[in-house]
Amino acid sequence: MAAVSLVRCERGFARDAAPDWMRQELRTGTTIMAVEFDGGVVIGADSRTTTGAYIANRVTDKLTPIHERIFCCRSGSAADTQAISDAVTYQLGFHSIELDEPPLVQTAANLFREMCYRYREELMAGIIVAGWDKRRGGQVYTVPVGGMLTRQPVSVGGSGSSYIYGYVDSNYRAHMSKEECLQFTAQALSLAMERDGSSGGVVRLAVISEHGVERRVVAGNQLPSFSAI
Amino acid sequence: MNNFPETCATKQLNSVTTGHGTAITEIPTSLRPNRSGKKNRLSVDMALSHVFETPVSGFNFENSTRNILLENVLDEGKTKAPKPLKTGTTIAGVVYKNGVVLGADTRATSSEVVADKTCAKIHYIAPNIYCCGAGTAADTEKTTDLLSSNLTIFSMNSGRNPRVVMAANILQDILFRYRGMIGANLILGGVDCTGNHLYRVGPFGSMDKVPYLAMGSGDLAAMGILEDRFKVNMEVEEAKTLVCDAIHAGIMTDLGSGNNIDLCIITRRGVDYIRPYQESEYKQRRQEKYKYKPGTTPVLTENIVPLELELVHEMVQTMETA
Repeated sequence: MAAVSLVRCERGFARDAAPDWMRQELRTGTTIMAVEFDGGVVIGADSRTTTGAYIANRVTDKLTPIHERIFCCRSGSAADTQAISDAVTYQLGFHSIELDEPPLVQTAANLFREMCYRYREELMAGIIVAGWDKRRGGQVYTVPVGGMLTRQPVSVGGSGSSYIYGYVDSNYRAHMSKEECLQFTAQALSLAMERDGSSGGVVRLAVISEHGVERRVVAGNQLPSFSAI
Repeated sequence: MNNFPETCATKQLNSVTTGHGTAITEIPTSLRPNRSGKKNRLSVDMALSHVFETPVSGFNFENSTRNILLENVLDEGKTKAPKPLKTGTTIAGVVYKNGVVLGADTRATSSEVVADKTCAKIHYIAPNIYCCGAGTAADTEKTTDLLSSNLTIFSMNSGRNPRVVMAANILQDILFRYRGMIGANLILGGVDCTGNHLYRVGPFGSMDKVPYLAMGSGDLAAMGILEDRFKVNMEVEEAKTLVCDAIHAGIMTDLGSGNNIDLCIITRRGVDYIRPYQESEYKQRRQEKYKYKPGTTPVLTENIVPLELELVHEMVQTMETA
């Protein structure tokens, strides 16, 4: 999903080429990623939110908790994805209370898909839903722009994902351990952040398993580096 | 999502569906757009202008239609409807050890002219929450008013002080529902029982929680100062100087920001709204008086023309004097 380069068109009293309310919205031009491993999932994202060429927030948290052991990684329009996540958090919470049981990751993914597909003309949201439940363990579901839903062992999204499909395809192996998955995710995100202008900042990682959620942050100067050029 | 009465964006001047057959007042003849026999849909129902209506779905652009009609009638299209007042602005906020400091410049521009030199951009939301607004002046005013009313009602109903995150969520709901049509960029800052908070809410409904923030047309300059000198857990004087310098940088670099700097310091103990904190250094005192005595300009000719008024409508209403 390529990032659109948007020129910032509001400047004080300067003549507006477009009226002020058509000023560009906050985009999470982004790289997000999720990997299943035996016992849970590892999710990761960069931390940059842009309005056109200006970085509105360089420490964004794009890993949003939906339920105790279900997270979503957000890419696309910041406003749309925040609104969708809030709505799904409410719906899933209600559903879980009714059932008196922790919800399934598949349920969360379907709620996202319902909303993203029904309002596909008005929304711009690419979401990866990942979590752990008792029935199927760690699962990763991807709901790209348009509202498709599919389960994948590893999934990348956002504008920076184009640059790392090759890396992910060649380096992913089934049955990796938790530490190997963390390393894999951090490296893939670093590579994407290196090449994609709309991704950057710090790498936020989280591990979701039966034991709970463990969050980590890898600062810019501690990211793995790959080449001298 | 919550549904709030849409009184801010849908205030209408047309007749309310009250079941009355005729309007109580009518527009004067010079402003009537057409002479057809149809009932004038722009009649104003003055006595009932505050009746609460059930919200109609979708956007209401009736005022735009009215503006276009007025433009065509007045001066045969030479007069244009006034453009919305935009505050080219610099606003900033910083979280420090004991609270939050918010700052703003005081210039409101209407294209190239400074419309208001002492505009107040830091709006009251609750005793412990204040909000700086950039973007379209009307939108920021009304949205913050609406938010303030909602939080007051909530406080009265629940007996609790409102929390900053609640204010941010309500703003997010309102702005997302209008899909960017409300041009309000807001910095929400306050102190509540959970701590000191600073939120940014964008016009499309996105929310960010950050320790320091600058917005408006002068934000690039202000952000430079904040990025350089911000530290966690600053003391109050340091925080005030930092915000003041950030706004000052915005004023110096951006033509849409200027005049005085207002500061608002919010702590657990209370609010210190310093207006102005720093006055514009370049404001001059008036050098002379500019009044002239009557008779200074000689009158050459005088011509009196009586206005021809056409009696269009006469209505006699007898009063009940019993």
